[in-house]
Amino acid sequence: MTKNMSVDICGVRLKNPVMTASGTFGSGAEFSEFFDLNRLGAVVTKGVSSVPWEGNPTPRICETPSGMLNAIGLQNAGVEVFSKRDLRFLSDTLLPDSGAGAGSGGILPSTKVIVNVCGHSEEEYIDCVEKLASERRADLLEINISCPNVKEGGIAFGTDPKGVERITSAVRRAARQPVIMKLSPNVTDITEIARAAEAGGADGLSMINTLTGMKIDVERRSFALANRTGGLSGPAIHPVAVRMVYQCAGAVKIPIIGMGGIRTAEDALEMIMAGASAVSVGTASFNDQRTALAVIDGIDEYMERHHVSDIRELTGCVRDWET
Amino acid sequence: MKYTQKAKVLGCETIGKNIYSLRLQADDIAGSAAPGQFVSVYSNDSARMLPRPISVCEADGERGILRLVFRIAGAGTEEFSKLREDDEVRLTGPLGNGFPLGEAARRRVLLVGGGIGIPPMLETAKRLMPEADVRAVLGFRDELFLAEDFPCEVTIATEDGSAGTKGNVLDAIRAQKIEADVIFACGPAVMLRALKKYALEQGIGCWVSMEEKMACGIGACLSCVCRSVQTDEHSQVKNKRVCTEGPVFRSADIEI
Repeated sequence: MTKNMSVDICGVRLKNPVMTASGTFGSGAEFSEFFDLNRLGAVVTKGVSSVPWEGNPTPRICETPSGMLNAIGLQNAGVEVFSKRDLRFLSDTLLPDSGAGAGSGGILPSTKVIVNVCGHSEEEYIDCVEKLASERRADLLEINISCPNVKEGGIAFGTDPKGVERITSAVRRAARQPVIMKLSPNVTDITEIARAAEAGGADGLSMINTLTGMKIDVERRSFALANRTGGLSGPAIHPVAVRMVYQCAGAVKIPIIGMGGIRTAEDALEMIMAGASAVSVGTASFNDQRTALAVIDGIDEYMERHHVSDIRELTGCVRDWET
Repeated sequence: MKYTQKAKVLGCETIGKNIYSLRLQADDIAGSAAPGQFVSVYSNDSARMLPRPISVCEADGERGILRLVFRIAGAGTEEFSKLREDDEVRLTGPLGNGFPLGEAARRRVLLVGGGIGIPPMLETAKRLMPEADVRAVLGFRDELFLAEDFPCEVTIATEDGSAGTKGNVLDAIRAQKIEADVIFACGPAVMLRALKKYALEQGIGCWVSMEEKMACGIGACLSCVCRSVQTDEHSQVKNKRVCTEGPVFRSADIEI
């Protein structure tokens, strides 16, 4: 059966809808020892800022039932080293678009690169986005306005609709690439935030970032994380993410990249049927480096079994049953 | 080269209170593991997402057998303690750098292990002998384990004085007037901190194996960092990844 798994995200064509979630995959170099990155729809890199960040004290992570809490604090080497080293690596590793689109009859797109950007202030976001403007290997930008683990910036920008609209339009003006805003689930009504990002000119949305949580080590009578609170990720949050993707897909017209606890093709398909145009695999890559590939193969197998010729038929399909 | 593979359990036995010795048929990993490296061991329970980093106690490359010795520290290691012959467990490894064996060649090397930091010193001793002059100092709370497996002269310290010198490993080193040209150590932070100071006083080289909570185990997530004295080339800040730049560091290069 001829199947099309490629999707459009903000005008960029992906070979399949499966990518890696920012912060769980570095810039891909470490995972490239375990599989060919060229199989992914896109690599989403760990958050990068205009200057190097130290991150939080340790312990930075702890396991929780079907998930984990992290408070890395966006440690990163800064955009200059990122461009010279990480983007160079991706440029050398990822193949160009090829004409041999098996089955699709057209061009088989290459694996794309989505660069996640973080900052403490509007100026820092803009500075970083401007430094990335000339990077041809950065196909899309994902703006992290939702990290719960840094005191300034991060989530502070992501929980107030007016702030979201303002930062989105400022970044949109500075950016050469399409801009995806990454939303926090730690709000009362995420559709308000999604609409604000759309009003600010966002080309797409990524959701969800982690849910703020806490774990206490009862033997030590102390916090499990040095930062006290951390972001909850993993299969435990998957139903929350599906619900939020579903809500936002009904509230905005821009494409949504769904993430939060995806471990299997079934998890990814739920997200797609809720309205996501693409999905990201995050924490599950810590359990098995090749999880994203298993998700791609599983979606392929599902399409075969259900005679789905185009993955896009499934996007938001549960809405078809609504009256 | 890192491998993710299923390993067959050859046996799992208790060798001390809450201490287990797990033997695995893991050809690729055992064939390339160096002393001081570790493996990520994955739970067979899907609710436990993160691998447990466990140091290589012995690696028999010819027979493809890996020996891991660990202490039950929670539900994950408790699950591993219940593995039985012919069970399967998934591993990634070998990970990290290992001890710099070249620094010990033809020198007097002191291997110091404290508690559950003892296991990696065993393979280290086996690989260093007979070229180096190897002596081990092992510190226990009370009950001994693994001490008899060491192929070199072993000095014991116990906190309760039930065997060897009463006190910690440094008390034993001083009581026995043990001299060395280089120290390799693994154990609790307080022990490593004391050894770093001792090595500085003695003007000898000292390498320590650090421990930190890990997630990916392969250098991508930046969970397991320790503080470095100089700016690290990879991170561009004073943080080094225990899983990748470590777990073994020159003690003078890091803050303990």
